Amino acid sequence: MTLKELKPGQQGTVTSIGTTGPMKRRIMDMGITPGVEIKVIKVAPLGDPIEVNVRGYELSLRKEEAQQIQMQ
Amino acid sequence: MSMTIALAGNPNCGKTTLFNELTGSKQHVGNWPGVTVDKKDGVYKKNKEVVILDLPGTYSLSPYSAEEIVARDYIVKEKPDAVINIVDGTSIERNLYLSLQVMETQIPMIIAMNMMDEVEARGDKIDCVKLSELLGVPVIPITARSGKGLKELMDAAIEVAKNHQKPTQNDLFDKELEDTIEAIADVLGGDNADESYWEAIKLVENDEVVGKTVPASKKDAVKALVDTANKNADGDAEAKIADYRYQYISKLVKQCVKKAHQGHVETKSDKLDKVLTNRFLALPIFAGVMYILFACVFSENFMFIEGLPSPGVWLAGIVETVWGAIQGGVVGAVEAAGASAWAVDLINSCMDGIGAVAGFLPLVLVLFLLMSFLEDSGYMARVAFVMDRIFRHFGLSGRSFIPMLMGFGCSVPALMAARTLESDKDRKITMMITPFMSCGAKLPIYAMFAATLFADHNQTSIIFSIYMLGIVVAIISALILNKFVFKSDTSNFIMELPTYRIPTLKSVLIHAWEKVKGFAVKAGTVIFASTVLIWFLSSFNFSGMCDMEESFLASIGNAIKWIFLPLGFADWRASVGVVTGWIAKENIVATFGQLFGGVSDEAIEAISAGEQALPAIGEVFNKVSAYSYMAFNLLCMPCFAAVGAIRREMGSLKWTLRAVGFQMLTAYIVALIVNTVGNLIF
Repeated sequence: MTLKELKPGQQGTVTSIGTTGPMKRRIMDMGITPGVEIKVIKVAPLGDPIEVNVRGYELSLRKEEAQQIQMQ
Repeated sequence: MSMTIALAGNPNCGKTTLFNELTGSKQHVGNWPGVTVDKKDGVYKKNKEVVILDLPGTYSLSPYSAEEIVARDYIVKEKPDAVINIVDGTSIERNLYLSLQVMETQIPMIIAMNMMDEVEARGDKIDCVKLSELLGVPVIPITARSGKGLKELMDAAIEVAKNHQKPTQNDLFDKELEDTIEAIADVLGGDNADESYWEAIKLVENDEVVGKTVPASKKDAVKALVDTANKNADGDAEAKIADYRYQYISKLVKQCVKKAHQGHVETKSDKLDKVLTNRFLALPIFAGVMYILFACVFSENFMFIEGLPSPGVWLAGIVETVWGAIQGGVVGAVEAAGASAWAVDLINSCMDGIGAVAGFLPLVLVLFLLMSFLEDSGYMARVAFVMDRIFRHFGLSGRSFIPMLMGFGCSVPALMAARTLESDKDRKITMMITPFMSCGAKLPIYAMFAATLFADHNQTSIIFSIYMLGIVVAIISALILNKFVFKSDTSNFIMELPTYRIPTLKSVLIHAWEKVKGFAVKAGTVIFASTVLIWFLSSFNFSGMCDMEESFLASIGNAIKWIFLPLGFADWRASVGVVTGWIAKENIVATFGQLFGGVSDEAIEAISAGEQALPAIGEVFNKVSAYSYMAFNLLCMPCFAAVGAIRREMGSLKWTLRAVGFQMLTAYIVALIVNTVGNLIF
């Protein structure tokens, strides 16, 4: 399952990050590393991007980026 | 002893507030070379020997954004005497990630644990003494907004700088990785062990910028070691390092932070966000905010009240009246003193130049009072969040909406608003296309042509189509620039949505003041010099002062008119119009009024408003070439004031010329298409 599939209000734990290069680095720099809990807060009014809570702050990312984040 | 202390921290951590509190209003703002990133420094209010430098806000020291490269190059190469790393106590985990990276550079540093008032209000506790012991750098609790703890912070920072007190190296990594990093550092050698160690970490992180600095003779040895590190980390040492840093932080936080509530608790900010980014309300609220922003700066019927000027228009009117009076007085006095006609004219034109600069200042001031409020409050990040779905298709950020919208009023404040975009690439592209939004000063040109040549058509739809043309060309340009000019820059949208906060009046005022000052100084010289130059060209020839018809400008117009042959208007008067339009686009109407048979000032006003035609231009233009001319003037180099704003914001002459060149080329191509296709159809 990926972060993209979570609905607002649901949460899960990150198992791995699929992409490589700058995007992966950016995702990890922002605190999304294996083992961290993420809760989906909402989806933007036009359906994308999404807003999540991770490590105590709010982060937004596009669905295509969320798709790279494997969850359980 | 004089010293430099740099402020480093995440965006929205209160870094700018701290900088303003420490330096007061005595700041110097410029650009870091070649990028659209602010470089701010100032002197510490309580000790003139201490220079404080505000580094751009970054989440990390990776080499993926202009901000990150600037910040880390400064720390690693310029080596300030100390770094104050500001940590937002309300999102301590993510903030400490940057702290660990700054520590890796082994620069003397201390941590300012900011937003302690909010931390306390939430009922949380951060044990700064314990954190300091575990981490190996001094940690001072502060509240930058109220000024609490700043004296202790600066005393500690100056101590650390004087003693060259390096942070302790912590055991972040496992032994295998640590050994590999040290082995790479040994291979690199060099005079400075700290620097080699930092470079070694970056090499394991697959950092391209540091990778390029490795001498050819050492490349193979380094690569072998990096491969080992990757093999031990399941193929991805870079991820492993980020992971280790966060694991270390999690341990620290467990020991030093006591949260009143476990898990995610809904704050006031979350409640506000539920409304502002609500599925149904977000877009109407956004539209309302944008309307207010635009109306406050440009509207002559503010809040739909007939004849009520907005703050921007009202202030601009005052400036214009006051300056007009001064100018009238000075010119009158010079005339009375018996100065020759050209001297009076020169003084008049110089004062016009200054007046042109001064006239923009109220617009810049009002816009930036509002912009800083939106930015500091946290709403601007939501603008990007709400609009991203639309703007990503053009390779732009949702935040580009604001400069582009403002562009319909005036390009000058609009271009300056591009500074709030997240990436250097977005800022540059937005600045290049913002002038394509048809500004208020271009409307009189369309009104003149519509009333004269399109009298038997629906004039409103002709003018509307020009506005649409500008938008379409801007979108196509953004796509082209993204694909071909900035192709190496990756775009992502992994962005913090900061907590909503009420901005401090002081930060808002300082920011607006900086913008006004920056424009007056940097752009002012460009505007003033070019206005005087065009005045000279249009009022002189080799035998002295003359009418515009015989001036250098007319000769130049004659010499270059062939360039416009493919566009349908190879006439010297049309060429002169393009040039005088660079002083201010509405000047084209006055120039045509003069060159096509000398009409009165009242007539020019009526023509500008579309109430009267100027039949003489029919000698040169037909419908197709008139449309082509409108399109050309819409898209070609904007007025000198806007070019000055581009110069100020790009911070580089090269990029200013590129932007202007791009606009000229676009204008030529589009007008060529209009003329060619138009002639085929009509």
